[in-house]
Amino acid sequence: MSAAITFATMRRILAQLKHDHRTLALLVGVPTLLMVLLRYVFDQPVLFDRIGPMLLGLFPFTVMFVVASIATLRERTSGTLERLMTMPLAKLDLLTGYALAFGLLALVQVAVVLAISLTWLGLDLHGSLGSLILVALLDALLGMALGLLASAFARTEFQAVQFMPALVLPQLLLCGLIYPREKMASWLQAIADVLPLSYAVEGMQQISATPDFTGTLALDVAVIAAFTVTSLVLGAITLRRRTA
Amino acid sequence: MSSSPVNQEPAVRVRDLRVARGGREVLHGLTFDIPRGEIAGLIGPSGCGKTTLIRALVGVQIVAGGTVTVLGAPAGSSALRRRVGYATQSPAVYADLTVAENLRYFASVLRAPRSDADRVIDEVGLGRNRGQTAATLSGGQLSRLNLAVALLGSPELIVLDEPTVGLDPVLRQELWELFRDLADGGATLVVSSHVMDEARRTDRLLMMREGAVLADGTPEELRSRTRTSDLEAAFLRLINEKAGSPA
Repeated sequence: MSAAITFATMRRILAQLKHDHRTLALLVGVPTLLMVLLRYVFDQPVLFDRIGPMLLGLFPFTVMFVVASIATLRERTSGTLERLMTMPLAKLDLLTGYALAFGLLALVQVAVVLAISLTWLGLDLHGSLGSLILVALLDALLGMALGLLASAFARTEFQAVQFMPALVLPQLLLCGLIYPREKMASWLQAIADVLPLSYAVEGMQQISATPDFTGTLALDVAVIAAFTVTSLVLGAITLRRRTA
Repeated sequence: MSSSPVNQEPAVRVRDLRVARGGREVLHGLTFDIPRGEIAGLIGPSGCGKTTLIRALVGVQIVAGGTVTVLGAPAGSSALRRRVGYATQSPAVYADLTVAENLRYFASVLRAPRSDADRVIDEVGLGRNRGQTAATLSGGQLSRLNLAVALLGSPELIVLDEPTVGLDPVLRQELWELFRDLADGGATLVVSSHVMDEARRTDRLLMMREGAVLADGTPEELRSRTRTSDLEAAFLRLINEKAGSPA
């Protein structure tokens, strides 16, 4: 691995996004819009205080999943991946470059949504701001890593877009946001226990409930980080220097 | 024993190369050498296996058998990744980046000098399009940008798949002059084309058909061997000879 190539890759991805104003606007604007809608749909500060932080973890996850899977699919189909694979670039240089670029982007996204939630929308955060940003950022990186991995199994952009509902919506149903996990049937709980989004939502629940960095939260952070690293390594394995 | 064996090693040495794609053998045991400092033309109709052969030379093709040695090392080995430049037929550049941004990125991946981006922009004549997004380039400009990437870092072997498709005659002439300059500077070039007219500008021709090498030699040799005055006729005669001979 080379730090110079990794940073060059990060700068290249950011430059691509810089040219695409509409995508940038959507990346920051859509989660903000959803948060505003959520606030006024519930119209009850207590409920918003409980659900708001959970969604703050979900938005970056979902958005990064879609953006990362399309971006890497484009890299595969346009031939730039094959070109890079003939050059002295380690697979982890490429993936780390993506992680850094999308991580920075997620940071901006979370900062804007959080700023609007805490001021205009009057979100009352019981937990620490630092933990919230940490978990939101990890969620974004998890979404990115899963998106990178999913793109290896998509031949076309049509398929890649379908992976979002296929991989994200079941997790959304099972993660405890819509219905408490402990009240689900035991086989559903067992499935939820191995899905990363369950830990993302549980982490946010901890943060919205207490200012302490609880043991449960530490475990959630560790599980999300482990899922992210595993997906990135699996993603690296799917990048082949030689193809048929 | 005075001459060093390194210099005698050809730029490309292919022995009994077999490649299968989609369960079908598409290259049937190719064997040839390309000496250093030459422009080798890979000529043959569309679908004859040129692109597959080129992919095997740069080491991105899974091969079924045989050996491909490039600059003394197995094709695709990590030692070669800064010494071989490669341009695919369809432009492999970032459509949403400018010409200069594309070249600066690939230059930093190759750890080429910073000035290299500007050098190759001038070499392919894209100076006026430097700040233009690749998506807004014309087809010919895009293929020149694609070519420029392959020239970054001054590679010893430059492998180009149909680099002159869609270019007007003046530009095509200029690019062949550039290829000649690069070869005079010591680089080896492998250039594929389906246009016979380009074959006469090469030092060595590999005529391919249906996954096999029909003929391998200088344009002059091929013309005299087939007793024809132009290469198109030579190609046809070689096909007929092969069809007529008991296999």
